[in-house]
Amino acid sequence: MPLETLEQILARAGAAVPGAQLSVVKNDSPCAQHSLLVDVGHAYAVAQFLRDDPQLRLDYCSNVTGVDFLDAELSEKVKVKKVVDGVEKEVEEVKKTKRAGYLEAVYHLYSMSLKHGPVILRQRTPGRADPVKVTSLTPLWRSCEFQEREVFDLYGVLFDGHPDLRRILMWDGFKDYPMRKDYVEPNDYEYEPTPHDEVLAKAKAHQAAEVKA
Amino acid sequence: MSTDTEAPVDGTQFMTFHDLAYDAGKTDFQRKAQPVGQGREGELLEVAMGPQHPSTHGVFRMDVVLDGETVVKLKPVFGYLHRNHEKIAENTSYLGSMPYTDRLDYFCSLTNNWAYALSVEKLAGLQVPERAEYIRLITAELTRVLNHTCLAGFLLQDMGALGTPLMYAFREREKILDLIESLTGARMMCNYMRFGGCRCDLPAGWLDAAKKVVAEYPKFLDEFETLLSGNEILMARTQGVGKLSAELAVNAGITGPMLRASGVDYDLRKVDNYGIYSRYPFRVPLGDHGDVYDRYMIRMLEMRESLKILEPALKDIPEGPVVDPKAKLRGFRPKPGEAYGRIETPKGELGFYLISDGSPNPYRYRVRPPSLINLTILEDMCLGQTIADAVITLGSVDIVLGEVDR
Repeated sequence: MPLETLEQILARAGAAVPGAQLSVVKNDSPCAQHSLLVDVGHAYAVAQFLRDDPQLRLDYCSNVTGVDFLDAELSEKVKVKKVVDGVEKEVEEVKKTKRAGYLEAVYHLYSMSLKHGPVILRQRTPGRADPVKVTSLTPLWRSCEFQEREVFDLYGVLFDGHPDLRRILMWDGFKDYPMRKDYVEPNDYEYEPTPHDEVLAKAKAHQAAEVKA
Repeated sequence: MSTDTEAPVDGTQFMTFHDLAYDAGKTDFQRKAQPVGQGREGELLEVAMGPQHPSTHGVFRMDVVLDGETVVKLKPVFGYLHRNHEKIAENTSYLGSMPYTDRLDYFCSLTNNWAYALSVEKLAGLQVPERAEYIRLITAELTRVLNHTCLAGFLLQDMGALGTPLMYAFREREKILDLIESLTGARMMCNYMRFGGCRCDLPAGWLDAAKKVVAEYPKFLDEFETLLSGNEILMARTQGVGKLSAELAVNAGITGPMLRASGVDYDLRKVDNYGIYSRYPFRVPLGDHGDVYDRYMIRMLEMRESLKILEPALKDIPEGPVVDPKAKLRGFRPKPGEAYGRIETPKGELGFYLISDGSPNPYRYRVRPPSLINLTILEDMCLGQTIADAVITLGSVDIVLGEVDR
């Protein structure tokens, strides 16, 4: 049975969960895997609808991951009518808009019983300043347990309702979130076994500082 | 479930030992208080199994709480082999990560290559020539056979059959590795697939050598199974051990032979129909009990099905180019967008989630590791069993730490 379109899913999910703010995030790549953006407050209810709806039965949450989007300046080409030398002309202008950065949690849902998918669910945080919080879907799909822990560990996204949110890959005392785009690597280049190019320059700078101190 | 929304980010305030119990009557997971130590004589013993324990197949730790020999709690601890593969891949070109995918599950580098190549092909809309599809199918099925052979050897090693079964398995594995070496130049770190095809064509005489290995393999399987499958000791050790229900397996995202041992018919080779699997009929073996014995048997049967695919595929393989001439090796920049591609590797569903922003490096590169996610329910399978059974339960999950920790 082919899966209904994302717009149909959106309409039915919106009817089933009143108040949920849903929208479709378009994907321009040839595979056209569009995704469903849901607000953090209603993510649990929408996910539960997706899992339990008899037509969808998305009982299998395959992949959970985080994505970091920094503050960005988006440039858009806009045609503007302007009067140049007394003649009205259409001129292309680059319009720049600022977009605040955000973090996303992305869920790839499939159905093992009906063998269709994927339906991609996204939760977006309002900003990048800590604490960033989304709703945990671990109570619905147990497969999220370790993967949400990983997103917390590497991106610093807090999952509301996760039963055991601890670091999983990094050690407990680690402070930063290494997968964030603005993560700064620790300056420990003196341990580099085979320094070369820019790493060599950094290692040298570090060693000189060591000697002075 | 109570949530402290204003909790600090440190992570240390969360309970280290919690209990997630699965109630078959309900669909949701709930925290269940466990009567630890109640009504028992003696004291509970906390044991850190690993990270250097021989049964953990690498650097992996299980914090186990024991009551006598019975497992009361079991918490897996990861990260000893963590090198942030994803971050490294986001700082290099698309092709630059191809050799690194070999190091995920180092037993099955060819299927790792395929999963990554497939995802990038989805992202960029590339086509794969016919001959390359055949080579991919052949190498993937050979990988499946060699992985399952090794797993059977390791599992027996975990059960205390030291040496012999593993050496039998490794003897056969070497024959397949010889084939892979003559094709790719490396036994294990193959780096063979490219976006839109494969790196090089088959060397002269390779098909005949492969046909010979495939033709002789059932003889080894018969021998192996005569020694093992009906073996009384093996049955006593594995039957009824480490049971996993179908419902929990689906909910916990278990994939691969482990899922099918619990009786769920879900094989991506059938479901997604990637590559040219639809051309070759094969059966998907399913288990009844979801115990360690079923997982062992599923792999034995899957090997025979793989050989059934290999035999005609080696005859049918057409002549032609092995890489799409339109695919660019240098200056490869997919258009902005995202793609999630997945294939059925010997360990389960290996997926790659890629986001492109139009630059030569992926903006987001995510590996969906089957080994890590298959460990989600390790505690559920081991509770109430002896510590020796926990060892073989872990062995039957089939993990490779290169993929678990990434």
